[in-house]
Amino acid sequence: MNSPRNATTDPPVVRWLLIAAALGFLGLFLVVPMASVFVEAFRKGFKLYLAALRDPMAWAAIRLTLIAAICAVVSNVVFGVAAAWAIAKFDFRGKNILITLIDLPFSVSPVVSGLVYVLLFGLQGWLGPWLNDHDLQIIFAVPGIVLATIFVTFPFVARELIPLMQAQGTEEEVAAVSLGANGWQIFWRVTVPNIKWGLLYGVILCNARAMGEFGAVSVVSGHIRGQTNTMPLHIEVLYNEYNFVAAFAVASLLALLTLVTLAAKTAVEWRVHRENPTAPRH
Amino acid sequence: MPRWKQHSVLPGFGLTMGFTLLYLGLIVLLPLSAAAVKSAALSWPDFWRVVSSPRAVASYRLSFGASAIAAAINAVFGLLVAWVLVRYRFPGRRVVDALVDLPFALPTAVAGIALTAVFASTGWIGRYLEVLGIKVAFTPLGVVVALTFIGLPFVVRTVQPVLQDVSAELEEAAASLGATRRQTFTKVILPSIWPALLTGFALSFARAIGEYGSVVFISGNMPLKTEITPLLIITKLEQYDYAGATAIAVAMLAVSFALLLVINLLQAWNHRRNGGV
Repeated sequence: MNSPRNATTDPPVVRWLLIAAALGFLGLFLVVPMASVFVEAFRKGFKLYLAALRDPMAWAAIRLTLIAAICAVVSNVVFGVAAAWAIAKFDFRGKNILITLIDLPFSVSPVVSGLVYVLLFGLQGWLGPWLNDHDLQIIFAVPGIVLATIFVTFPFVARELIPLMQAQGTEEEVAAVSLGANGWQIFWRVTVPNIKWGLLYGVILCNARAMGEFGAVSVVSGHIRGQTNTMPLHIEVLYNEYNFVAAFAVASLLALLTLVTLAAKTAVEWRVHRENPTAPRH
Repeated sequence: MPRWKQHSVLPGFGLTMGFTLLYLGLIVLLPLSAAAVKSAALSWPDFWRVVSSPRAVASYRLSFGASAIAAAINAVFGLLVAWVLVRYRFPGRRVVDALVDLPFALPTAVAGIALTAVFASTGWIGRYLEVLGIKVAFTPLGVVVALTFIGLPFVVRTVQPVLQDVSAELEEAAASLGATRRQTFTKVILPSIWPALLTGFALSFARAIGEYGSVVFISGNMPLKTEITPLLIITKLEQYDYAGATAIAVAMLAVSFALLLVINLLQAWNHRRNGGV
């Protein structure tokens, strides 16, 4: 009865039941809501869908989302590379504390992330009165949105690069030094080619989160239509006005971005896996 | 070279370390300390009155309760999905594997309106649940649905690699010693994935507590009934009650950091259990 085969593999009935249960769960929670975004967007026809996307307010929201995402990706790439270089290529005390601090924004609620910037730059905050005297506005303006987006996407690139560069070690860079290369030459000729896929992976995740951030941006934006509404905030405004077709039309753009993100992410994972089959998968 | 750092021939430590600390300080630590200092302006009795008001307590009960239920659902189904993806081969497996990360990549506001549309009483799924007398949208159950969606990838992605590493030899050994399939699962496989499963549960729970975007659309946002803690912070801000918002935010930060500590301990346990793989 207890043949070894029975104890290491499951009978086909069990196998198919488990597969069906898993796919049913994922279908119900992932596929159905995702499909509903597109169905709701086209509910009143293609013309209204296009009209919703041609709206100047929608364009302003798309532009602001792109600005915030570009700023967040660029600054967090520079930070992520610098942090990974310092942490992975050198040995110093307090390294684990530094890594924990870099991960900190992930464990802060998005709403609280927005709030701390209001407390720092808002009129009631530390720097608010000084900023007001000098006619500078950060909260309820574009700089606040950019800062909040940078905060919530802060760890993405760094936490991709740190373990990757730690695993790669310093041998190649040390060899380059002994051959007389300077710092920038080592970085561009040796390190960058080694980390390019990890970097791209971090950028993809960072960008997706930056374009979709809602809670943190909502707190600092002030919701001025056409000026401080990003795409997710614009969706909320349209939805609360019962303009469901327009809300889902804008949402469908972000849903498309999600599908592109997942495809790009999977492609990078396969590529890395093929180049280095022993590397741990994400 | 400073004492706390070992000597290295590689250049750039001062530049990259300096920039890292400056950027970390300005973007993360300074704003977080602003919240701590701002809440210190409140006297202890005032702080306590805000964080223990009936409305705040009702919001904690909903946020923690719904997050715990959602994390538990994710622990069960996340383990199932991870098991199916690692152990079985079926058509479309790689697409399903990629799809698991959907909640990470989908903007929370989009998830919120989509789940509301699907689970409303006229929606694709809500319609049938309504017949059974179950209302999801605009009830606490809706909050659980949104938080389950948000936390779904965490358990799958923490359990999956560990399940892959449970060696077939161990299972064969168990089988050759006369264990049934069920015994092999409960006595050999489950103990080795247990730390990963708990880590996934904790990650999913921690994410759910802070979640805002996907919940506000489906919950209905009724004070004392379907108002989550992050929404209460926003409400207080909109009423210009900065001190009240900060007090509740600091309470939430304390919980988040405690959870972060627990997760780090769980991950260390997970590493030890799996022989430092």
